[in-house]
Amino acid sequence: MSDDLPLLSLAIWLPIISGIIVLFNGNNRLVKIVALLAALLTFIISLALYSRFDISIHAMQFVEFAPWIPDYDINYHLGIDGFSLPLIILTTLSTVIVVVAGWEVITRRVNEYMASFLIMEGLMIAVFTALDAILFYVFFEAMLIPLFLIIGIWGGANRVYATLKFFLYTFFGSVFLLLALLYLNHVVGDFSIISYQQATLTMKEQTWLFLAFLIAFAVKIPMWPVHTWLPDAHVEAPTGGSVILAAVTLKIGGYGLLRFALPIAPDASMALDWLVISLSLVAVVYISFVALAQSDLKKLIAYSSIVHMGFVTLGFFIIFRISSNYDIGSIEVLALEGAVIQMISHGCISAAMFLSIGVLYDRMHTREINDYGGVINTMPVFAGFAVFFAMANIGLPGTSGFVGEFMIIMAAFQANFWFAFLAATTLILGAAYTLWMIKRVMFGEVTNENVAKLTDINSREFIMLSSIAVIILVIGVWPAPIIDVLHVSVEHLLAQVSQSKL
Amino acid sequence: MNQNLLLIIVLAPLLGSIISGLLGKQVGRMWSHRVAIAGVGLAFIISIWVFKLVVFDDQTYNGQVYQWMQVGSISFEIGFLIDSLTAIMILVVTFVSLMVHIYTIGYMHHDDGYTRFFSYISLFTFSMLMLVMSNNFMQLFFGWEAVGLISYLLIGFWYKKPMAIYANLKAFLVNRIGDFGFLLGIAAVLMYAGSLDYVQVFIQAPEIAKKTISIFSDVQWSVMSLTCILLFIGAMGKSAQVPLHVWLPDSMEGPTPISALIHAATMVTAGIFMVTRMSPLFEFSDTALSVILVVGATTAIFMGFMGLVQNDIKRVIAYSTLSQLGYMTVALGASAYAAGMFHLMTHAFFKALLFLAAGSVMISLNHEQDIRKMGGLRKYLPITYWTSLIGSLAIIGFPGMSGFFSKDLIIESEHISSITGHDFAYFAILISVFITALYSFRLFFLVFHGQEHFTLHNGKQLHEPSIAVRIPLILLAIPSAVGGMFIGSIVFGDFFDGVILVLPEHNVLAYFGEEYHGLVSFILHGLMTTPFLLALLGVSVAYIIYVKRPNIAVRLRQRFTWFHKVLVNKYGFDNFNDKVLAGGSRLIARVFWKIGDLTLIDGVIVNGSAKIVGLAARMVRHIQTGYLYHYAFAMILGVWLLLTLFVV
Repeated sequence: MSDDLPLLSLAIWLPIISGIIVLFNGNNRLVKIVALLAALLTFIISLALYSRFDISIHAMQFVEFAPWIPDYDINYHLGIDGFSLPLIILTTLSTVIVVVAGWEVITRRVNEYMASFLIMEGLMIAVFTALDAILFYVFFEAMLIPLFLIIGIWGGANRVYATLKFFLYTFFGSVFLLLALLYLNHVVGDFSIISYQQATLTMKEQTWLFLAFLIAFAVKIPMWPVHTWLPDAHVEAPTGGSVILAAVTLKIGGYGLLRFALPIAPDASMALDWLVISLSLVAVVYISFVALAQSDLKKLIAYSSIVHMGFVTLGFFIIFRISSNYDIGSIEVLALEGAVIQMISHGCISAAMFLSIGVLYDRMHTREINDYGGVINTMPVFAGFAVFFAMANIGLPGTSGFVGEFMIIMAAFQANFWFAFLAATTLILGAAYTLWMIKRVMFGEVTNENVAKLTDINSREFIMLSSIAVIILVIGVWPAPIIDVLHVSVEHLLAQVSQSKL
Repeated sequence: MNQNLLLIIVLAPLLGSIISGLLGKQVGRMWSHRVAIAGVGLAFIISIWVFKLVVFDDQTYNGQVYQWMQVGSISFEIGFLIDSLTAIMILVVTFVSLMVHIYTIGYMHHDDGYTRFFSYISLFTFSMLMLVMSNNFMQLFFGWEAVGLISYLLIGFWYKKPMAIYANLKAFLVNRIGDFGFLLGIAAVLMYAGSLDYVQVFIQAPEIAKKTISIFSDVQWSVMSLTCILLFIGAMGKSAQVPLHVWLPDSMEGPTPISALIHAATMVTAGIFMVTRMSPLFEFSDTALSVILVVGATTAIFMGFMGLVQNDIKRVIAYSTLSQLGYMTVALGASAYAAGMFHLMTHAFFKALLFLAAGSVMISLNHEQDIRKMGGLRKYLPITYWTSLIGSLAIIGFPGMSGFFSKDLIIESEHISSITGHDFAYFAILISVFITALYSFRLFFLVFHGQEHFTLHNGKQLHEPSIAVRIPLILLAIPSAVGGMFIGSIVFGDFFDGVILVLPEHNVLAYFGEEYHGLVSFILHGLMTTPFLLALLGVSVAYIIYVKRPNIAVRLRQRFTWFHKVLVNKYGFDNFNDKVLAGGSRLIARVFWKIGDLTLIDGVIVNGSAKIVGLAARMVRHIQTGYLYHYAFAMILGVWLLLTLFVV
């Protein structure tokens, strides 16, 4: 590839166009092959981005700029920094896995299924690369459509309720986002996110903007108490839908806070940090207990996702409380990088968990924990993976789950002893809900004849699960390659945040 | 010292684990155990070499293997610190591990999970070595959690047994409570030292000791006390101190070799090792030392009592382990770290021996674990008998045996210590000497002496298990018997100089160092002390009650029914945990979910607002009648309103 290839546009439009092509093709086998090739190619493009990314500058890279609606100064403006890059790779990787996961399982409307995911992929990458507020908003909203269709068409019995709830919840949030973005345009005169970040705003303006962003992105993350759409959406979604939802869609909320709320309204972020910190800690403690009460596998993991995302928002906002006495900045960096790596890690682990549940669901067509028991007897290889992913889910050192939680707890202690205390309860509660589930599903004697008839994973499933397992392990053993990508962007964000706009 | 050498120590068992674990089916049982044993064996041989380098050539090593990540000015690393403390730990770990690996060939011979078992114990060895060889707190936590994971996997090794999968979940959760404190302790270290590297942190200890922190508004706490107590909570989990001891007896559901390796000799002593390693911190907090002293003494005496009423051969030894861990902890509390470490070492040998001997008895009797169904095994299992006798004499501290030296020193240290609570500790462990002798020899006599209470099926001949089982017993019996003779050089010499820090006002061992005039006088002196008399008394009582006049035991039980009940109920810990902690959590969970999420958020707010919107829509719908004159009327009304508001 030559240097002047518009890699970002390629990463966005290659999957979208392939998706459209696939949509109008009736040959299931061909559809799957095209979809897989498109997903793989996009993944390779994202790796090319990584290899050419310059980790020493905070400015946007791979910038593309073209007027879109010149009358309103709305532009097709793309670019990435250290925050976007890992999330893009996460997106492209998840899509490959989702295509593989749906290979044999989806028999109905295969072309539409694959098309939805490919289009979704392009839109999500676009969200992570857009530097124009309207462009961002359009992709942010457009992304809902394929996800809505995925749950609505290939979902479970109660899918209509779930899709409506999901759609209304997130739509409710995005109204505030739109208002905030339009208001900022009114202040700075154009739609560039970079100029938004540089806008001078009064405390009152910042407060309203911050709250608008918070509502919009809190629904996506989701934060307590606007989280109840997630368990329902997951339960009804097909496996692939759950994987994308958990792995990538939730991250858009976190990304939004980093891109908009913190740099645009730093003073309000600081003044209202208690709010986000409290909500995050409620998410960690309260939701952990709720997860313990679940009897549905997917709901349990959905709640576990909310807990893990609570760490992300905690990491973002404790930076205002840290008063380090030996060297300025290191602990704030620790908190923010911990939060970002927690997003990446959660993307991998929750994807793996939902895929594992999918493996079971494809065979047994039930998600009730009580319908299982003793699966290890008939599916020993699968059980090995499941226990490994469970351990990653509870943040065992050596897996990616440890890295973010460790960094955030270390940083939280320096903000306030009790923040760290409450956050660290996840060590106990997370282990309780995850391993209790593993015990009931995997271990013991075979409890019923359906379990007795189970067959272990085939090679397609093996490749799918083992590749994520390897990634989880590698990040856990050596997180430096991801952390290094973040450094400069994190330091830049910290500089922005510490600079009062008043 | 060459880093590659150290890397081989950890990587050889890891490689063995990967081959026997992932390729177990392909390479077969024979090659699985060969590879695993070769890995651990190699680690053992290099450990001896490293021990020689450290002890005789005065070499130490502190270096980075690779950088895990760099954040701001803080470097998180994987690295090794090799000094006398590490050297002795890796020697003990690899030796016991090697013995257990060999023993496993015989013990697990008929098990379907043969290769999986080898994979786990090799992986355990790797993790334990990473833990003890670490040069920083993060890697320590890595190893800490990794050994916990493998303990979980091995307790639940027979995953069909309901008790096994109950016990492994329990073990993991209780350990996580400890890790919760431990992680917060590490966070405190990072906050006040700005680094997680041992050397960097220890240098700053005197400075940190002057700082205070407010946790509840206004009250100022000593940072060092807080940090040390948090770290010690971690040790309480791993080293099973009251009240986090509850997982260890249940862990006996796992196969016997791992009870010896993990739940007696190595993993459970990680807490003791950790506190010893952190002596430069703990020394600056008398509060923390007091806490350690009291917790350890409580564990030593109360867990010992429970050993008296157990009838499961492994559980008796498990409670004995708890009690002995209490001894080690007490030693730490009195700043007699070297004595604690010495007891850790001797205990690793004799306790691994006792467990493996118990395993040998069990295989001979078709996995019978009830000691009431044994008896008179002496003539059938001579090697097991004699090695058990050595192990039992060692644990009761019979003069000359390894346990005698370490135990006597701990007891005397408590006597002259000045830390608050040392009187209680002295009293508690003195009583424990009697209790230890009583339960150890109760077990010994009931298993090997007296009448035969077992029945053999199909005319099976009772005989010693295979050679793979017998060799480790003999090899472990040797250090159990004579391991104590190194006390002069390890505890009283300059062995731990520069590694363990003891402030002059705490230094109880220095006092004994001056009094120490060689092994023989130490043994002769031991013959005239109270502990020895108590131990003799314990053995005699056990002999009378369980061999000579078995009816006394029955009468005692009837006489002290209440006490027996308290002990059988384990002081109520398990009931409390099951009903209040586990049950309470499940109740809170249901309440949060049903009331918080389903009723309040979903019911009232989400669906409530949907209902209000629906209701409003239904009301507004009535306006949309479709009749032209209704709309016309509304328009006229609107115009009139506007006019009155703005024009008039």
